[in-house]
Amino acid sequence: MLSILIWLPLAAALIGALIPLPRVGGLFALGGASASFGMTIALIGGYSGHGYAHVTDTVWIRSLGIHYHLAIDGLNLFLVALTTFSFALAIAAANFRDWPRQRVFFPLFALAESAVLGAFLAQDLALFVAFFDLMLIPFYLLLGVWGGPGRIAATLKLVIYTFVGSLLMLAAAIALAILTSEHSGHPLSFAYSALAASPLHKGTQEWIFLLFAAAFLVKMPAFPLHGWMPDAYREMPVEVLAVFSGVLSKVGAYGFLAIVLPIMPLASVHFQTLILVLALGSIIYGSAMAFTQTNARLVAGYSSVAQLGFITLGIFAFASQGAQGAVLQMVNHGLVVAPLFLIIGLLAARAGGSDDIRDMGGIALRAPVLASFFLIVAFATLAMPGSGNFVGEFLILLGLFKTKMVFSIIAFSGVVLASVYALRLFIRAMHNRVGSRVSSREMSLRNALVLVPFIGAILLFAIYPQLQLHRTESTVTSAIAHEQALTSSSSPKASLR
Amino acid sequence: MIVTALHPHAPHIAWAALAPLEALIGGSVIVLIVGLFRGRFVREHLVPALTLASLGATIGLSLWQWHAHVLAIKGALAVDPLTLIMTLIFAVSGIAATLLSWRGRAPRESAHGDFYSMLLGSIAGMVVLVSAQNLVTLFIGLELLSIPLYVLCATEMHRAASLESGLKYLIIGSVGSATLVYGLALIYGATGSTDFSGIASSISHGHSSDVLILTGIALLIVGLAFKASIAPFHQWTPDVYEGAPTPVTAFMAVATKAAAFGVLLRVLDVMLPAEHLNWRPALLALATISIIVGNVGALGQTSLKRLLGYSSVAQAGYILAGVAVATTVGARATILYLIVYLLMNLAAFAPIVARERTTPYSDDIDAVAGLGSEDPWLAWPLTISMLALAGVPATAGFIGKFFLIDALVGAGYTWLAIVIVVGSMISLGYYLRVVSAVWMRQAPGPSASAAAGIPVIAGGSPEADALGRAHIELRFAAVVFGAATLFFGIVPQPLFDLAQHAAHTLGGAL
Repeated sequence: MLSILIWLPLAAALIGALIPLPRVGGLFALGGASASFGMTIALIGGYSGHGYAHVTDTVWIRSLGIHYHLAIDGLNLFLVALTTFSFALAIAAANFRDWPRQRVFFPLFALAESAVLGAFLAQDLALFVAFFDLMLIPFYLLLGVWGGPGRIAATLKLVIYTFVGSLLMLAAAIALAILTSEHSGHPLSFAYSALAASPLHKGTQEWIFLLFAAAFLVKMPAFPLHGWMPDAYREMPVEVLAVFSGVLSKVGAYGFLAIVLPIMPLASVHFQTLILVLALGSIIYGSAMAFTQTNARLVAGYSSVAQLGFITLGIFAFASQGAQGAVLQMVNHGLVVAPLFLIIGLLAARAGGSDDIRDMGGIALRAPVLASFFLIVAFATLAMPGSGNFVGEFLILLGLFKTKMVFSIIAFSGVVLASVYALRLFIRAMHNRVGSRVSSREMSLRNALVLVPFIGAILLFAIYPQLQLHRTESTVTSAIAHEQALTSSSSPKASLR
Repeated sequence: MIVTALHPHAPHIAWAALAPLEALIGGSVIVLIVGLFRGRFVREHLVPALTLASLGATIGLSLWQWHAHVLAIKGALAVDPLTLIMTLIFAVSGIAATLLSWRGRAPRESAHGDFYSMLLGSIAGMVVLVSAQNLVTLFIGLELLSIPLYVLCATEMHRAASLESGLKYLIIGSVGSATLVYGLALIYGATGSTDFSGIASSISHGHSSDVLILTGIALLIVGLAFKASIAPFHQWTPDVYEGAPTPVTAFMAVATKAAAFGVLLRVLDVMLPAEHLNWRPALLALATISIIVGNVGALGQTSLKRLLGYSSVAQAGYILAGVAVATTVGARATILYLIVYLLMNLAAFAPIVARERTTPYSDDIDAVAGLGSEDPWLAWPLTISMLALAGVPATAGFIGKFFLIDALVGAGYTWLAIVIVVGSMISLGYYLRVVSAVWMRQAPGPSASAAAGIPVIAGGSPEADALGRAHIELRFAAVVFGAATLFFGIVPQPLFDLAQHAAHTLGGAL
């Protein structure tokens, strides 16, 4: 079941690529991605809220104890849904454009989806690492072949940053498995559950933690490891960027919750302050940069840095509300930032192809529907009360307030800053005087078809966040159980087991 | 040989077990004779076809002997799983070299019969080398391997670089051989035996820190390091790789290296296990140096063959790390990596040969610019192979590196695993440059070459000048090896089984 979910988009796109008719490749890719999304709807409906569902567990590499082990739990359920949802819509949006060499483009796009889904669903560390590294390849090519004029330099930065992180994580993962098997006496295994069952010594956990954290923080990206972000965001095609920013950044945050916290509790507690400081740095630096950038893509990009800072805060609050809020916020942010980039793409098309907000402006009157969609997205970005993002940020700050009050108070400033940069982006792009090269026109029906589902999903989670919270609660709570026990009980002999 | 001289009557020979070797030597002779015929079809098509047939027979006979475990010719040669798997590696790279050179210039300029006969002779030498159980057979194998290769490097006789490459390889190779033979002499002097097991038992009876034997081991390792192009004995590699005809380069990069590591595994784990405390630090140091020197050296290269030359130095460092840890897992990781290395390197060389023939840029990186839109059947294998060499998942390269790191960490050499990881990071800098040339650059226009004053292929042979489609056998080789790289990245268990099968005769150091 889950294997079909993962590989269906790629298989469909490959079949489509083999049919020598124009446009068919894109439609096949869209069909595969939509079918995967349909399957995730069924998964959400069928998930009880406890434990694992739809477990697939076969031996992949016997000699190394690596399993092809996939499962759905409360943690990855909605992230998988977010992935299939965003990819289906992004591929739909990509279908409206003529791509050079489209028979390569769509299979790569679909490969990206398959790799991201694999990373979310893997329950085996080696499998996770393989998918985590694999997902970079399609994005590298998508950026490098179909990107903007500065794409070559951008790919270089992207690859160096992310691969350095990935390879360090590879070494750390192997070390973790081997040391765990030596420590516990069990045969070599990479399964999350086996690794979590016998934690290592504190010193060992600490260096392994740092290698994992580096990989995940680069992927998010978090300050100060975001150096690749501006170039890549500026040059990537918007359809690709929508999923890149909306989904890939979540893999890093997910990695903390699913792998780092359960397997390395002692190190997580040890480095809690460090990560919280980095997260606060991300919020403040990201907000400040988002406020000063003139490139609309970078405004959205730096706002993502800030939002991911919030999510990290929630994870490392070590309180169940915080972690719940973080998971909710991951989904919300993905739902918000993907349409934001698609809208920026539409705006740029109306501003003579420029992403600069100084070239935009004044089209709200002529394009009221586009303007209102943008307004909804902008309000959700700044976590207006009544939006799902508000619920997420509220839970994060609530959880953090209980455990680390000082950090929580500083983090509140980020909420204020968000409204400043989000409204600035909206006002400069939609109101003010009409830019010199702007041709105001309403968006076409097919663009609306892509954006409406996003808006609908944003509204759905705004009204009914419990849809998600109920299903995530038990898994998320168990993910941070060790840390909670360690930080809440001040007695030094707090045991892990 | 020596053995027959010592005994009044000839020893019993296990002909069946030696069948793969016989197929190679027989093929070499037949090809040489058939090559004397003047008919154009006979020389240009029958001779390579016979070469392929001979290599195919070698593979078939190896599989027939698959579970053999024989000490043939009075213990001079061991036919065991390690030998047989190595034979497969050599035969497959020989097939690739034959396909790559089928319509190339090198056999035409040097006479087809000679070219393919030497190729088969060199493979026979490799088989003797990795099956050697005796210092004398080891040396015979090494020379039988090397001498044809010196000539093969110089077979494009109208190109000065090819002649230079052959000469350079001859001189450096001779220095390596001399070092090696001196080392063998010292080991014989210290232990009084030429037989590996005799030497092992002599050492374990208390000669272990004898200065003679330590010097002998050092010289032996240096001699083999020349062949495997391990830094700092690699200086010849980029020049020779660049100058040699590309099919020969591909063959050297894969088969020679595999042979050197095969014999290194056998010598260290069978003959000198008791000495591992002495040789291990040296090998670890060599591995580290190779990884750094190879990866850094490759960064600035514009010639694809030089780039792959430096890359092969780095890869040799990775493989040597597996040898150096001296555990069974390490030996398995080494063998597995050798197989993987074969697949991914051949997938890289086939497109390069094709582009050499169809573009005026020789082996410059410009030759593959825009390949992605021109010829996806070559572009994908090249891309896959570059990603595999860098160790990206879903390719066999990832599995190979994963297993190596696993072996290193398991043996307590986490620092060396980190060195491998750092080396892989550096290597992305040049492997991805090739990928980006393939997919993200346009083919340079014809004016560019005119401006640069590059004469359109100096030899002026009609086929080479026809800038048309790539030859079918090149595409076939590229696609097969590219697909295999991908396949074993997704279904790696057969490789693990092979490696385990080969390594279970080794592991004396444990």
